[in-house]
Amino acid sequence: MNPGKTARNQSRTAILNRLREGRGDQAMTVPASDFAVVRDRNWTPAERLDRFEARISSVNGEVHRVAREQWIDTLYALMKAKGLENLLVSEDVEHGRELRRLWPWEAPALLGYEQPIEHWKPAMFNNVAAALTGCLGAIAETGSLMLWPTPQEPRLMSLVPPVHFVLLAADCVYDTFHQAMAEQQWAQQGMPTNALLISGPSKTADIEQTLAYGVHGPRELVVLILE
Amino acid sequence: MSTDTAHSDVQQFHPRVRSALENPQIRSNFRSAMDGLMGKRQAAFEDWELETLRDLGAAVRLRALSRLPELLVQLETNCQLQGIRVHWAETGDQACEIIRDICKARDARRVIKGKSMVSEEMELNHFLEAEGIEALESDLGEYIVQLAEETPSHIIMPAIHKNTDEISDLMHEKTGTERSRDVGYLTASARQQLRDKFMQADVGISGVNFAVAETGTLCLVENEGNGRLTTTVPPCHIAVTGIEKVVEHLEDVAPLLALLTRSATGQHITTYFNMISGPRKADEKDGPEEVHLVLVDSGRSSIYQDQELLDTLRCIRCGACMNHCPVYARVGGHAYGTTYPGPIGKILMPHLLGLENTRDLPSASTLCGACGEVCPVRIPIPKLLQRLRKESVDGDRLRPSVVPGHGVKRTLKEQASWNGYRWLASDPGRYRLAGWMMTRFRALTPRNVGPWTRYRTAPRPAAKTLHQLMAARRREEQS
Amino acid sequence: MTDTIKLYPAKPAKVYFYGTCLVDLFYPDAGLAGVQLLEREGIDVLFPQDQTCCGQPAFSSGFNDQARDVVVPQLDLFPGDWPIVVPAGSCGGMMRKHYPELFAGTPWQAKAEALASRVFELTDFLLNVCHIRLEDRGEPVRVAMHTSCSARREMGVGDIGPTLLAQLQQVEVVEQARATECCGFGGTFAVRHPEVSEAMVADKTTAIEEAGADTFLATDCGCMMNIAGYAEKQQRSLKGQHIASFLWQRVGGDA
Repeated sequence: MNPGKTARNQSRTAILNRLREGRGDQAMTVPASDFAVVRDRNWTPAERLDRFEARISSVNGEVHRVAREQWIDTLYALMKAKGLENLLVSEDVEHGRELRRLWPWEAPALLGYEQPIEHWKPAMFNNVAAALTGCLGAIAETGSLMLWPTPQEPRLMSLVPPVHFVLLAADCVYDTFHQAMAEQQWAQQGMPTNALLISGPSKTADIEQTLAYGVHGPRELVVLILE
Repeated sequence: MSTDTAHSDVQQFHPRVRSALENPQIRSNFRSAMDGLMGKRQAAFEDWELETLRDLGAAVRLRALSRLPELLVQLETNCQLQGIRVHWAETGDQACEIIRDICKARDARRVIKGKSMVSEEMELNHFLEAEGIEALESDLGEYIVQLAEETPSHIIMPAIHKNTDEISDLMHEKTGTERSRDVGYLTASARQQLRDKFMQADVGISGVNFAVAETGTLCLVENEGNGRLTTTVPPCHIAVTGIEKVVEHLEDVAPLLALLTRSATGQHITTYFNMISGPRKADEKDGPEEVHLVLVDSGRSSIYQDQELLDTLRCIRCGACMNHCPVYARVGGHAYGTTYPGPIGKILMPHLLGLENTRDLPSASTLCGACGEVCPVRIPIPKLLQRLRKESVDGDRLRPSVVPGHGVKRTLKEQASWNGYRWLASDPGRYRLAGWMMTRFRALTPRNVGPWTRYRTAPRPAAKTLHQLMAARRREEQS
Repeated sequence: MTDTIKLYPAKPAKVYFYGTCLVDLFYPDAGLAGVQLLEREGIDVLFPQDQTCCGQPAFSSGFNDQARDVVVPQLDLFPGDWPIVVPAGSCGGMMRKHYPELFAGTPWQAKAEALASRVFELTDFLLNVCHIRLEDRGEPVRVAMHTSCSARREMGVGDIGPTLLAQLQQVEVVEQARATECCGFGGTFAVRHPEVSEAMVADKTTAIEEAGADTFLATDCGCMMNIAGYAEKQQRSLKGQHIASFLWQRVGGDA
């Protein structure tokens, strides 16, 4: 047996024993956890959308409300306005298929996440101008998007390209994080390898508390709310 | 200013305090930063029933601590089921060795790091460098501090002690960027410098803000995206955390997150809340192939032995206590000479380093209570400071001291003065006589009474004590 | 878990007055003013002559044994079921908040808890128990208020001073920057960490001056001794006064 491994098992036992002995037989009195303060907001759907938009806009998130059949035109116009050369978008999700079907333009070019990242890391880091993903919904209180990256829309799509477009269905906005995870039963169904709340573009205030956007993640986050 | 080897000169508190106080740049950098942070925190909680939320935060943390051993086992089981390898370390050194062994097994030479205070506590970077492994900080503040060969001066904003000019000079000197007061430019330069490092890194090391036992989920809070890159791009991710960071249920995260970001920087939420529950699955195209969780004790289970001191372990590392501390605002983080500065450092570091090495920390507080008032999980910091003062002098025969290094401040002189106080104040007759003498001979009151009169005049005894005045009134009434 | 809500009694016929050692020896006029303000409300004030010090200096230095020995004889000084009024937030805080801790698990526990529950800070008592009405008979004056940290955070009386002062027509209260920040006194802190303490009191003094006041009022004599002592050493004109003395003067009481 590996001696290092034995030592570590001993550490585990020693730590747990110390904790159990430390607590001894004195049961700690613990007050009840009442989650109402992080749960009950009771906003109307319109209030929710307004709140979401106000909050995410306040941290430089860009929000466009668009009719469901117009999102591709809006996306195209935004990409042209921002001078983006290409868009990373999945081929295996509904909005990706729709986009590819209805994208008549040569440029910006549509790229796919076809290979595991090891095969194209430099290209991902250097050549992708923007990515488009869906999301699981949004949180009004904090202006957050909920993303569970999938094999079709992997983690780095929302992280490496300088601009991240997100499609959000207008009826998928929750009041609070607590409400969202309860209604979507996150704990019960088990968590994915990676789950994310994204609330605006990447930012830092590490230099003299001066806010700067686009540090290591996207410098722009653009939300298209589909109404 | 550099406290390169973090604890070597931890005892030199007074000289460091003096030099910080004499440095106008340090004074103004901290003062303006702390003023800003206090204002932002207050604004961020405006719509909230803050006291109710703090009650919930405290309840969630207390519940987790009440079941700490069970929850750690549950966390381990769930992590393992999802493919996360779990390691236990009794000491910081052991944790460093575990991380080194993981790196060596992968032949890893380049490590990229997300912000982790426990890794600062372990002095992991030095350890890895000595083993020939490059460990590069990727959080902008940590990166700046690493370039300067310093340690963080604040647990949330590591480079808060520097202003833009100082950072510009530093980056120019160390990385060759142009000198600039444009924060956007400096930030973009750092991004560029780190871009390749992320791509090339063999291992990413991060901390953990909350570890959820119920789902085996590691939660990370950050704004820059460096934490996500660290935990996603390299083929191996090692998360390192103190054992106290575990919470029971996923829903427990909601109040803690709401409290953490608002208390820390006045943000309603950070840009990213990253929840990791396993390595890349077979059909996934990115994410690390290996995820490790290193659970570090390093003195925490000793704190757990005491029902009162245990409250120290509720901490969620928001830094609000330091932002609101009038002492911290004036001397800054480096003066403390410890990984965790400010009020939380004063109640935590004595356990990690022993009171003999932190002898001046428990007294370095006016007990003004500002820290306890803002703590999002209601840690009674002033009460714990008082407890540590008692431990420092073994001052309570009914309650034996337990903290390592206790009694270090119990000097004969100190004891004699408190015994003198007792002699005087426990006997009303003696006390009144002393009062009478002080007033009677007030002209003889010394003008110089040590450190007090270095900066202030000495108080002058009154012509008559309140005792005398009240006794005289009573005589008048009766006559 | 939130601090228990304070319950105020109906205005009693009598109160005990705990003067505190600092008031006793250095600022007896503040104590006397407090007594007279209470008497003005028709309350009979009892002053046990055997009172000394609340024990806080030893307690906050970690010398619990000495603190207990000082307090124990005084636990019997307040036999009647009357409130105990203290003209200082810090001594009040010691008695109300820390006696129960100090005596937990000792034979004196019940007595200490019973005493603690009857302790009130003077201005809190005047406002919330006596519902005092103040008629200003003084000349126009501009003052700043410094509420001590223990008055504010242990006794929960942060807004009482300003509320009382607002009753006085001729008194303008200016608010200094960072009004809630500690003045740097902290008992033995001022001598254990003199440089930090100095930095704090320097800022506090400047903030009060910059607010445009040449007099500040304090709930606690410790803070007053610190700030006024600093100003005096620096030969600055700022003067301090205990709020009780000030209120008593304003309503026409003799100084």
